[in-house]
This record gives sequence, structure tokens and C-alpha cells, in this order.
Amino acid sequence: MNTRHQSKHIYSWYGKPMSSDRKLRTLQYKGILIKSERSQTETCIQLGEFVLVEGENADQPFVAQLLDLYEDGAQQKHAVVQWFSHITEVPQNKRKLLKREVSPQEVFFDQVPGYDTDIAVETIIKSVMVIPLRLGEALPIILNKEQTFYVKQSWDGKCFKPLSPDTFSKLKEANKKSGGSPNSLTKSPLHPLDIICSPKNETERVVRSVTKKKNVEMEIESKHSASKSSLSKERHSRRVANGMKTPTARKKLQLNSPTKSPRGKLSGSDVLELLGDDCDAMSEPSATKRKVKFTGILGSPPKMSCSNDEPKSTFDSAEHEQRLSDTIRLSPYSKVRDSSEEENLHTKEDTICLTGHQKLGGQSPLVTPRSHRRCAQKTSARIAEQISLLNTLESDKEEDFLSSSGSSYSSSEEEENEVLRTPKRNSKSSRIFSTPKSSRKSSVHTPAKTPKKTPLPATPKTPRNATPEIPKRSHAARKPASILEEARLRLHVSAIPESLPCREEEFQDIYNFVESKLIDGTGGCMYISGVPGTGKTATVHEVIRCLQQAAENDELPSFQFIEINGMKLTDPHQAYVQILELLTGQKVTATHAAALLAKLFSTPGPKRKTTVLIVDELDLLWTRKQNVMYNLFDWPTQKHSKLIILAIANTMDLPERIMMNRVASRLGLTRMSFQPYTYKQLQQIISSRLSNMKAFEEDAIQLVSRKVAALSGDARRCLDICRRATEICEFASQKNTSGIVRMAHITEAIDEMFSSPYINAIRSASLHEQIFLKAILAEFRRAGVEEATVQQVYHQHVALCRIEGMQSPTVSEIMAVCSRLGACRLLLVESSNKYLHMRVRLNISQDDVTYALKD
Amino acid sequence: MVQRILRERFCHHHATGKPFGIEHQYRHLLELLKRTTVHGESNSALIIGPRGSGKTMLLNHVLKELMEIKQIRENLLEVHLNGLLQTNDKVALKEITRQLHLENVVGDKVFGSFAENLAFLLEALRKGDRTSSCPVLFILDEFDLFVHHKNQTLLYNLFDISQSAQTPVTVIGLTCRQDILELLEKRVKSRFSHRQIYLMNSFDFKQYIKIFKEQLSLPAEFLDESFAQKWNNNVQHLSEDKTVQDMLQNLFHYSKDLRSLHLLLMLALSNVTVHHPLITASDLHEASKQYRMDSKANIVHGLSVLEICLIIAMKHLNDVYEGEPFNFQMVYNEFQKFMQRKAHCMYNFEKPVVMKCCAALCWIVAVHRHKQLTCQTTCLAWSRKFRKRTGLVRHLNTYYNWS
Repeated sequence: MNTRHQSKHIYSWYGKPMSSDRKLRTLQYKGILIKSERSQTETCIQLGEFVLVEGENADQPFVAQLLDLYEDGAQQKHAVVQWFSHITEVPQNKRKLLKREVSPQEVFFDQVPGYDTDIAVETIIKSVMVIPLRLGEALPIILNKEQTFYVKQSWDGKCFKPLSPDTFSKLKEANKKSGGSPNSLTKSPLHPLDIICSPKNETERVVRSVTKKKNVEMEIESKHSASKSSLSKERHSRRVANGMKTPTARKKLQLNSPTKSPRGKLSGSDVLELLGDDCDAMSEPSATKRKVKFTGILGSPPKMSCSNDEPKSTFDSAEHEQRLSDTIRLSPYSKVRDSSEEENLHTKEDTICLTGHQKLGGQSPLVTPRSHRRCAQKTSARIAEQISLLNTLESDKEEDFLSSSGSSYSSSEEEENEVLRTPKRNSKSSRIFSTPKSSRKSSVHTPAKTPKKTPLPATPKTPRNATPEIPKRSHAARKPASILEEARLRLHVSAIPESLPCREEEFQDIYNFVESKLIDGTGGCMYISGVPGTGKTATVHEVIRCLQQAAENDELPSFQFIEINGMKLTDPHQAYVQILELLTGQKVTATHAAALLAKLFSTPGPKRKTTVLIVDELDLLWTRKQNVMYNLFDWPTQKHSKLIILAIANTMDLPERIMMNRVASRLGLTRMSFQPYTYKQLQQIISSRLSNMKAFEEDAIQLVSRKVAALSGDARRCLDICRRATEICEFASQKNTSGIVRMAHITEAIDEMFSSPYINAIRSASLHEQIFLKAILAEFRRAGVEEATVQQVYHQHVALCRIEGMQSPTVSEIMAVCSRLGACRLLLVESSNKYLHMRVRLNISQDDVTYALKD
Repeated sequence: MVQRILRERFCHHHATGKPFGIEHQYRHLLELLKRTTVHGESNSALIIGPRGSGKTMLLNHVLKELMEIKQIRENLLEVHLNGLLQTNDKVALKEITRQLHLENVVGDKVFGSFAENLAFLLEALRKGDRTSSCPVLFILDEFDLFVHHKNQTLLYNLFDISQSAQTPVTVIGLTCRQDILELLEKRVKSRFSHRQIYLMNSFDFKQYIKIFKEQLSLPAEFLDESFAQKWNNNVQHLSEDKTVQDMLQNLFHYSKDLRSLHLLLMLALSNVTVHHPLITASDLHEASKQYRMDSKANIVHGLSVLEICLIIAMKHLNDVYEGEPFNFQMVYNEFQKFMQRKAHCMYNFEKPVVMKCCAALCWIVAVHRHKQLTCQTTCLAWSRKFRKRTGLVRHLNTYYNWS
């Protein structure tokens, strides 16, 4: 859906180029104009403003501040940004450094080196607010979740630091600037009107004045709010129409009342911002209809109207909450609601009701929406105290909230917060009105809860079984005991050794390869082959571990590590799904995932780390068209992919054997093959695992190593034999207490694992089964073909029985004997519906049978 | 009485007493499972042995003993899979999730696609570690059938978990195929720990007799003690009886499978009534006769004269043409010739009658052959039928001569 929306946006420069650089042939601009075709709206984002930048995960765009905008020689529009990190972008292990809960709305001033700050303009989604806060300040109640972020600390990849005063003021400045700067370009001119008035009685006057004017924007400065609360106001004012260039510290309440508004009185309230969206109004045939924008700074009126709004709008807002991907359409302009005049009427009435309700102390249920009632109840006590002070309705309320907050928090800083919080709470409850449960929870007195509330309405909306999956806890812990048990523990294949002996060279090669690619910021592939149990996966993991360590110590740029295993996929195409899920956490279908991944790796992604992808059991990703492999190896060759692939498989000549030329060529020539371990290496592996435990005789270890090296060179086998040997030893030592594994034990273990079961199976078979085997041999000898029908064998069998002087068996019995031997796979038999004509063949060599039947 | 029979029967269905001759394997398996449950060590093993050699019994015994330890009982999660039931990995995965009561199970149903389920299960198992999560015991009955699943994904994953530091698991496979290891893909094989427990039925005849006695004797806590005494004495007596021993020897030569012994004893036991309280040698003999009966020969015994004549005719044809297929006309001609030779005691049947008879034969004997014999079709079925009855025909001829 993301892509769908984006395709309808046109990016163009705002204004003329400010400056140009002849040498670099770049032109710099002060703003970018984003035009959405669908909603016919335009947004202008200027330098210094905060924007959301499309990331690899559509659900979580990046936050950044625009620092520079320019067009390069190739007509590509570029932007230089200062990044802000979400908490989710901070590595898990670093998060605990914060020592506090972080709300999803909080971002960190990003000082991580290595992130590309130059992005394509097309990735900008929309503008947002980023408000700097002092460390220790509680987050204000969120007014507008997607639009507002808070920054308290900076993050430089290693630790969190409080914002330097410099940055703090810069950010603040940026906010003010953006607040005052034009945001929406409306075609009809708006005449800003700055009115500075005393808080109370004057407000009403102002309100009246507003009503008389057309296209009026008002700024009301209330004394009480003073400079501290300016932030909150400005945040909203920023969204309001143009022309305000008063980056003062004064609190501004901007009212942009619509053109022919007869209800200016209403809009005059500094609670409600009505934005006459002339742009939209023009496009619509009925001029009487106006767009009213409820930015919802403050309390009840916006909420009221919102609740009176058509359900559609509430849906819209709900939708908006759900996904940010509804980009520009839901940018500031998205707040524009169709509301007809009647609706406005309602609003007005409601407001009046509400004021009365406020005055009464908030007990009357009336028309007031539930959510507000709730809030009102909470605050009612305080409100009652100050009610006498109130003259004007809305400004009173504002004051009310303010003073109530002032009474609860002494510090001026916090007061500011509180001011922010109250309005936000209100407006939010209005927005989430469709989910009354969540809004009911809002409370003035528990600010800490408010941010947490955000995910709440989301959870019931996504009732997918994303359940955490944990097997039940154990009842009792294990107990490490004797030296043999300890040895066994260390010899288990799963035990991760501190280092991988005998693979130093391979380790170094892979390490160097990945490291160089990491440093260059490019992509590449490496193909690693080797028979099973030669430590391919272990070595690669070790490399990754070392690299991660290095990245943590800042010796390398940090990278993302993901792993897929061909055997753990049900279908080759599932690889896409897995990769995407590991990268971004999205769950989509295979085809969609492929498209998303292709897009991700082919576009110059902003702020993307290098990705190291391990593809284990590569041969299973083979498909007829080989498109999975093709894509995997094609991505790293893309210019911007930053993808390093380490492909692991068993066969050395896999690229030549099963891959098409185009796939093989993309895989490149960086190959590495793991040779089977030699006995010396195996010996070293065992000794290193055992470190200096005296559990094995030296000779015993050598015996195992030689034996395994001769057979397969599989380290797993070697370890398994040793483990089995300790068991045998333990079992034997119960009698004569010799706690060390000797040659005899090893031999026994080896015999157990490698002995052929056939001979034993034949020896322990019943007499007739043995005779039957003999009969088969005889028949083979007679016919000279290594295949016979049961009938022929039966004749031989009867003859043999006669020689032995035994009762000859019936046909049914012979059939049973035959099928039993067939079930053990001593014989290969055809399906039994051919009865006596069923063909029989030996599954073992004739010599084995004669040997087994000798006595 | 009947109650006693039922008791015995019960005995036969469940393996009685301790397993014998497999103490070594028993201890091996027990230790293995104990280590998994107590120490959280992951393992994998295969129990290999011919059918009826007591693989499942061994495992059940071990599990029973394990379950007696309280600590283990509370810890261990068991997952039983059968290759005949879980015919592909998708079904098997669902079954595993269901038996583990993982959280995507609603009621008895498991939702989600195959890929999701696999990812879910792997994730679930990966989350655990050696010390903190509950060990899981996977028992794969008919292990050889799991080998044929696509890519051996399930086996690979199970063995991979057992070889990595995840939730402790033990994978036990039960199979009767001796070549099972060759069926495993090399990477799957490498991950398998190569612990193989072989069950071979490697007892001799003396032990066989002992088993026979054990199986048949009544337990000491039987209600009517005097009767139990009598019964057990009788069993002892029987086991020393020459004819019974001969009969058992025959059976033993034929198959060492204990199930066949159980079957035989069941047949003998069903003759025991109030008036006939003890098993006699003749009972056993009768049972063995019944047991060893050849089904095909039995069918021939019940045929009518005409049918037998036809069979003989076909047999002739078969001998003459050395197994070449023949048709009804040929059979009929052969029959006519035969009639002319021995016309004295036989009616000359009309052709339609013979044909109908022939069809009936087809129906009775060659019903498994699912080949209808019509006038024109070749009777391949018949030619086959006769080859295997070389020994029988002589017998048939005499039978014919009698009538």
C-alpha cells in the first residue's frame, strides 16, 4: 500500500534556488513541495523542518531534520538530513544503557557515524514535529501520535547523552521557525492578524473580531502560558495557514477561521482551530461547504465536532493511527475534515453544552462525549475551585487546565509539559473516539500512562496470533557432576567452543572478505562449500560474532546480520518472506516480499546499515527458474544494496552443476571450500574442547580421530563417538571405578556406530528365513542372474528343506518369510500383489550372506 | 473362566513381564533418556529391529520406568509421531504443535500455513536453552516413512535442534529397516548422532520355551490359588511334552517373532471352557494346524467337481505351454478331452455351464487377481494361479479320483 500511495506524489522544489554551486553543479533550495495527486493537496516542507523518511520498514519511517535541499547535475533531488533514531533502531543490548522506559514517540538525536545523511527527496513522506525536552521531563500527553516526536537524548552508537544546550536550542529554534513558516499553500490569500491580548476577557473580544473578518488568522497570546508553553502552541500553529513569521517566544494561538464563517465565535476559541482549506474548497463545487480543520489543540470543541463528524472521518483518523504509510494524504491536510454547516452548528451547540457542563463540575452527561466526560470528571475538583475565575468559555477552560496543572506541578518546566498534555489528551480522545475504551483510560493525573496508551488501541485491531512462543519451564535444573559428565557436556556438538581450532585460515579469509565489504559499504557474495561436519556454519557464525564485537567496539561500521537456512524453509520462495521478516519484522506473502526486498536493495536506502546474510544449505533454494538464487545473488551487485551474502552448501561444484550461467556469474568467484578434517585436526578439536580435563587417554583420542578421518572427516561424528565412549566408560566404571576413557571404550563406541547391522540381522533370523536366503543364493547361482521370482526360490527352498530333513513350508509361510525379510530390507521385493511372481533381489552382497550363514 | 481367558488375552496384547535378552539395550536407552531429562542433553537415537522384536515395548518400558521418577514426569514433554499417520511434514508439524500445546493451538486445531508453522515451531524450540526449558522427547514410529518426506525437512530440523544449543530434545526413531542410515541425506545423517540400538530376537530355542511358559502361566496373585497352581503345573507339563516341543520348534524355525507365538497361544486358549479347563497338547496342535493353514489350498478344498476339473485342465495347459497365457476355449477343449477319457463318472457339461463355472472360479480364487475371465481374454491369472500350485495338484488329482 505504501508504494501505491507514493506513486501519486509529485515532488517539486519550492521557490527559486537559493544558491548554486557551479563546481558541483548543484542548486540549493529552501523547501520542497510535495503534491499529492489524489487529494489534490500540496505540502511544503522547508529547511529545518522535521520529516518522516521512508525506511525499509513501511510501518516505521525514520525521523529526520531537513538540513539541506539540493538538486545535483543529474536533476536528482537530494536532501541532507540530521537523523533521529527510534528506540527500535538502537541495538537491543544498548537499550539497557538508557535505564528507563522509552515511549515509541521518543526519538534520539542521532550522532551515529556512518549513516548516510544524503537521501533522495522522494523518500520524504511528510513533515512532523520533533520537540526537544530536558532529560527527566515526562513526555507530554500525546496530541498527535504520528506527527509528534520528542527528543531528550542523543545517541552516538555507543551511549546516550543528554542533548547539548546547543543542539537543544537549535532544535527548539527549528521548531519555532517551522511553526512560523508557511506550511500549506492555500491559493486564496490569508491575511494574518496578530492580536496580542490579555488572557481572559479579551479573548472573547478577539473571538468576535475574528468572526467579523474573513480569512483571518489570529494569534492570541495568553499571559499565563508565557514562553514555556509556546512550544505546544507552535506545534499546532505550524500546521495552520501561512504568513506567520513571528518566531517569538510568545505563545500563539492561531485561529484560521474560514472565509464565510458565521460561526467565528466558535472558532475564536483558542481551543479550536478551524482551518479554512480554501484549496479544497475551490476544488469543490459547493462553496458553502467548508473544510474545517481540527488540529485539536485544545480540549472539547474539536472533540465535539469530531464526534459529530461523519463516521468516515473517524475511520480516517483511526486508519491514520494505524499506519503511517498513508503518507501525505494524511499529512497536515489530512486533518481537514469535511464538515458542513450543520455540523458546525452542532459543534457550536455542543460547545455550549460543554461549557455549561464544565461549569457545573462535569457531572452532567448530556451531549458530551464519554471520553470528555471522563476527563472532566477527573479534573472536576480542580475546575470547581477555579471556576469563579472563569469568564470566557474556552479561554477559561484553557486557563483552567493550566492552573490546575500549575497546582499539581510546581516546576515551570513541568508546567509547560502539563499544558501540552492536557490539550493533547483531549484531542486524542476525540480522535480515538471510535474506541472509547482507550480514551476512557486517559487521565490527567497519570501522565506516565498516556504514552503507553498508544499501543493499546492498536492491539485489539491486530488480533493475529503473534503469540510469543516459549516451551514450558523446566521443573528442576540440571546437575553437572563427574568429570565424565562434564566432558560429555563439552563434547556435545552444541557446545560452543571459545575458538574454532584448525579453521583459522578459513576464518581469516571470510573475516577479511566481510570486513572489507563492510568498510567499503558495498555488497558481495561468497560461496562456501564443504562436506557436512567440517565446520562451515560454525566458522561463519564465529566470523559474524567477531565482526559484531568489532562493530560494538566501533572498529567497524555496524551491520545487520540475518540468517536463513534452506532446510528450514518449506519452499524456496519462503526465503524472501524470512529475509524480509528478519530485516523489518513484516510478514507478507512470498511474492510481495520479493518485490519489497528488490525495492529495498535496489533503491538508495537512507540510513541503512550493511546487511550480512548467511544462506545455509543453498542447494535447497534451487527452483526450476532459479529466480530465488538469481535474486539473492543479484542484489549484492546492485549499487546501493549494501548486502553481503555468505552462501553455504555441501557441494563444491554447485554453481557449475545446478546453476544457470547468469546465476553462477553473479555468484562471482569468491569461493572457499572446507576440506574434511585430517586426523590431527580432529585430535586438536577434541583436545581443545576437553581443554585440560583428564577424561580421555591420549591414544584414545588419536584412535577416534584416525578412525573418523579415514571415514568422513566429520567432526560431528568424532564428537559423537567420544560422547558415546564416555557413556560406555561411565557404565563400565560403575564396576571397577576407572574414570578415564580408554581405547577399549572407544573401540566399542566405534563398533557400535559403524558396524554393519546386516550380518547380525541375518544371524539372528529364524531358521526358515536363513534357508530362504540360502535358497536365493542357490537360485542366483543356478540362473546366473541376481534376480529371481519367489516361485523359483520356493522350489529351491523346498529342496533345501528336504536335504535338511525338515518339513517343507507352505506357500503362505514362504510369502510371510519373504515379506519379513523384505521389511528389514535384507531383500528387495516387489509389491506383493504379484504373489508368486514377485521378484526378489538381495540388498546386501552375496558374500555377506554366505559369510553370515557359514556356520 | 471367561474372565481368566480375558486376563490372558489382556496379557497377550500387552507385553508381560520384563523384557529379556535386551537388558543392555534397555539400559542404554534408559540412560539416554535420563540424561535428556535430567541434564538437558540433546540426543538422537534409532531403535532398529525386525517386526515384532519389541521395539515399542522396549521404549514403553523405559518410559514407564522414567515416569516413575517424579521429577522427570513433571519435566518431560512427549511427542509421538507415526510415519503411517503423519504422512507429510505439514501434518507432522501440526501434530507436534498440537502435542506440545504451543500457543498457536486453538482447541485441537492448528492454524496457519505450513511455512508459518515451521517457522513458529523452530522459533519456539530455538527460544529454549539447555538449562531452563523443558526437554522434549520426539518418538518417531515407522521412522523409515519420515525419510521419504520432501527434503527430509522435519528430520533435518529435529536433528539440527538436537545438535545445537536450543531446547533439549531427544529424537528416537523406531524402524525395522536395517538400511535406514543409507536413506538419510548426508547432511541429515551428519546431524544424526549414530546411536543405533539393535533388537535382534537373538534367543535360542530353550529361551523360546521359557518365554512360552512365562507367557502362559498365571500370575501368583491370581484369585483361585489352587487353580492357578494346577494351571501352571499343566503349563510346565506342556512345555516338557515332546509333541508340543516339536510344534514349537517348527514355529520357532519358521519365525522368531513373538507375535506369532502369541497368536498361536490365543488360538489354543480360545478352546478353554468350564468343561475343558486346561490347555492340552492337542489343543495346541490344533491351533498350530489352524495357524499354518495355507489359504489358497483351503479354497481348492471347497471347490465343486466341475471346478476342480477345470482347474486340472488349466494345469495341464499350463504344463504344456509353459506358462503361456491361454483362453477359455483352450480350457474348454482341454476339459472335453479329459471328459472323453474319464466319461464314466461325469456328465458332459454344456459349454455355457462350464463357462459360468469358470467365471465362478475366477470369482472365488482369482478374486485378488481382479481379472475377469471371459471367453476371449487370455487367462494370465490362471496360468499364474497354477504355477504356484505344483505341489497341490497331485493332491487334487487324488481328491478327484475319490469322488
